Amino acid sequence: MAKIKGAIVVDAVACKGCALCVEACPSKTIGLAKEVNAKGYNFAYMAVPDTCIGCANCAMVCPDSCITVYKMKVAEPA
Amino acid sequence: MSVDIKDIIKPENLVYKKSSVLTDNVMHYCPGCSHGVAAKLIAEVIEELGIQREVIAIAPVGCSVLLYNYLQVDWQEAAHGRAPALGTAVKRLRPDRYVVTYQGDGDLAAIGTAETIHACNRGENILMIFINNGIYGMTGGQMAPTTLEGMKASTCPFGRDLEHDGNPLKITELIAQLPGTCYVTRQSVHTAAAVRKTKKAIIKGFQNQKAEKGTSFIEIVSTCSSGWKLTPAQSNKWMEEHMFPFYPLGDIKDR
Amino acid sequence: MKEIRLMKGNEAIAEAAIRCGVDGYFGYPITPQSEVMETLMALQPWKTTGMVVLQAESETASINMLYGGAACGKKVMTSSSSPGISLMQEGMTYLAGAELPCVVANVVRGGPGLGTIQPAQSDYFQSVKGGGHGDYHLIVLAPASVQEMADFVELAFDLAFKYRNPALILSDGMIGQMMEKVEMKPYKPRWTNDEIEQMHPWATTGKPENRKYNIVTSLELDSARFEVFNEKLQRKYQQIRDNEVRYETFECDDAEYLLVAYGSSARICQKSIQLLREQGIKAGLLRPITLFPFPTKEINALASRVKGILSVEMSAGQLVEDVRLAVNGKVKVEHYGRCGGMIHSPEEVVEAVKQKIIGG
Repeated sequence: MAKIKGAIVVDAVACKGCALCVEACPSKTIGLAKEVNAKGYNFAYMAVPDTCIGCANCAMVCPDSCITVYKMKVAEPA
Repeated sequence: MSVDIKDIIKPENLVYKKSSVLTDNVMHYCPGCSHGVAAKLIAEVIEELGIQREVIAIAPVGCSVLLYNYLQVDWQEAAHGRAPALGTAVKRLRPDRYVVTYQGDGDLAAIGTAETIHACNRGENILMIFINNGIYGMTGGQMAPTTLEGMKASTCPFGRDLEHDGNPLKITELIAQLPGTCYVTRQSVHTAAAVRKTKKAIIKGFQNQKAEKGTSFIEIVSTCSSGWKLTPAQSNKWMEEHMFPFYPLGDIKDR
Repeated sequence: MKEIRLMKGNEAIAEAAIRCGVDGYFGYPITPQSEVMETLMALQPWKTTGMVVLQAESETASINMLYGGAACGKKVMTSSSSPGISLMQEGMTYLAGAELPCVVANVVRGGPGLGTIQPAQSDYFQSVKGGGHGDYHLIVLAPASVQEMADFVELAFDLAFKYRNPALILSDGMIGQMMEKVEMKPYKPRWTNDEIEQMHPWATTGKPENRKYNIVTSLELDSARFEVFNEKLQRKYQQIRDNEVRYETFECDDAEYLLVAYGSSARICQKSIQLLREQGIKAGLLRPITLFPFPTKEINALASRVKGILSVEMSAGQLVEDVRLAVNGKVKVEHYGRCGGMIHSPEEVVEAVKQKIIGG
C-alpha cells in the first residue's frame, strides 16, 4: 500500500510569521520558529515533518507566497 | 518507515510553487493580509492562462497602490477611485488585451462609485476585482463605505452608528442589478477551499473577457488585521462571524 | 485641390481630430463646447479611421479615460468648458506626474462657479500655472481663429508626444461658436499597435518577454528620488520654454505702444490698433500663441522700444501678471479687460490705451 508523503520549503526571509499556514494545515505539521528572521518575524517551518501530506493548503493561504510544496508516493511495508 | 525530506524535495515532486508572474519583491502588506493572496491568485491565473503578454492591469489608491511592484505585467496606477475609467479606455483602445482593475472598498465603493457603476452599466469588457475589508487600511483604519454597523474604526471610534454615519454599502448586489455585468460574485481567501474558489472565479473573469461577455466583478471579502486590531487567525474568525452574514459568499449573477 | 469648409470652432476641433489620426475622444457635454462631441458622434469615426468616441459619466471619468488611453501610447483627447475643466484638474496633475501625452481643449466660459455660458479668458492662471496640485505645467496653445482650432489639434499632439506632457488648447466660447472658413488637412492614418510599441517603449501595451514590465504611475514614496524626478520635470519645462515659444506680432515695427492679447481678445485688438493708428497713435500687438511657454523674451525686447504696454484680456487681470514679469519694470504695464462673459469692443480698448497708458 502506498502512502503520500509531503514536505514544504518556507522562504524564511520573506515569511512574516502571520501563522495562517499553521491554521490551514490539516496535519498540524507547521509551527512558528522560536528564532526570528531579519525583519523580526517568527517564520513558519515544518515543526513535525513526518505528518506533512503535501496538500498545499498552507501555500494556498500564504499571502506572501513563501511556501513551496512537494509530495511523493512512498511504498509502505505491509 | 520514514522517508528523508531531501528525497521528497525534488523537482519531480513539486506540487506548488510561487508564480513566475510574481516579482521577487517582498510585499509591503502587513502579516496575514488578504491582499497578498488576491495578488498571488491573479498572478497564478495569468501564468496558467499564458496571457502575461496580453494583460494590462490597473492599480488603485489604498493599500494595494504598490501592487505594480509584485506582478510582472504592464501596469497603470490610477487616481483614487478612477481605475474603471482607465480600464474603459484601455479596453476600448486595445480590445485585444485583457484588462484587470483592482480596487479596495474606499476606492471602488466611495470615491469611485460613479466610475464603478458606469463602467459596469456600460458593460465594459473588463475584470474588476474588489477587495472589501470594511476599513481604510492605508490611511490608518478609518471608516469605509463597507464598515459594518457597530464596527469600530478611527473615524467611528465607538462603532459605526447608522443614524450618524449611514449604512454600509452592499455595492456588489447593486452592481449585479446592472445589465452590463455578466458575472458578479463574492468570494474570500481565508481558507484553502476559499482560495481555490476565488481562483476559479478569476479564471472565469478572464475567460468572460475573451468571450466578450461584459463586466466581470469579483468581490473578495478580506481581513485587515492591523485595522481590525486582531491577529490574522482571529481576523479570519471575526470575518466569518461578522462579515459573511452581511456580505454572504457566492455567485450573485452568472450569465 | 484645397478642401475649404465653413464651420464652427468646436466642429473644427472634431474634424481635425479625426483627420490627424486621433485614437480616442472621451468627453462630457457642457456649453459652449458640446458641438465637439456632437460632431464626432455624427461623423462616427469608429467606422472609418477606427477612432473611439465615448460619452463618459463625468469630466472626472473623461480625463481619467485619457490617462488610461495615453498610458497605452494612444492619441487621446477631450474637450470641455471651464467648470468641467476644473473638475478635470485632478486628472491633469496625474497625467503631468505620469508624463502622459494627451490633448485637452478648454472652450472657456465666464466664472467663477457655474458662472455664465458666455465667453471669457478667466481660466488663464489655471491653464498656465498648473491648475492641479504640485509643480507642473501644461503646454498651452491659444487659437485665435477657427482655422487655428483645427490646426492646433495636431500641433498639440505633436508637442504632447515630443515632451510626454499634456497639452491644452485654450480657446473660448467666442471661437468655439464662431463660424469661419477652414482649410482642412488630409487624413492621416492612426498609429498601429506595432508602431506604438516601437515609438513609445514606455507605454503599457502588454509585457513582451524581452522587456521588463512597464509601470505608468505618478507615485514615488522615496522623497530623494521624487526630488530627482521633479527636477527632471523642471528641466523638461525649461526645454519647452527654450524651444517652443510661438507668437505673432502685428504692426510692431514702429510701435510706440504695445498691446498684448491672446485668442479672441487679440482679434479685437487688431481692430483697435487700426483705430489707434487712424488717430495717429502708433500701436502694435503681440499675440502669444503659446501661453506656456510664454513669449517672455520677446515681450521684454519690445518693452525696450515702446512707451507703455496694455495687456488686454476677457478677465479681471491674469495675463497681465505674466506680461509684467516679462517687462520687469522697464515700462508701464496696465490691464484692460471685461469679465463675467462680457466682450470688450475695439473702441473700449482704444479708450483704455489713451486713459491708462498715454494719459495715465
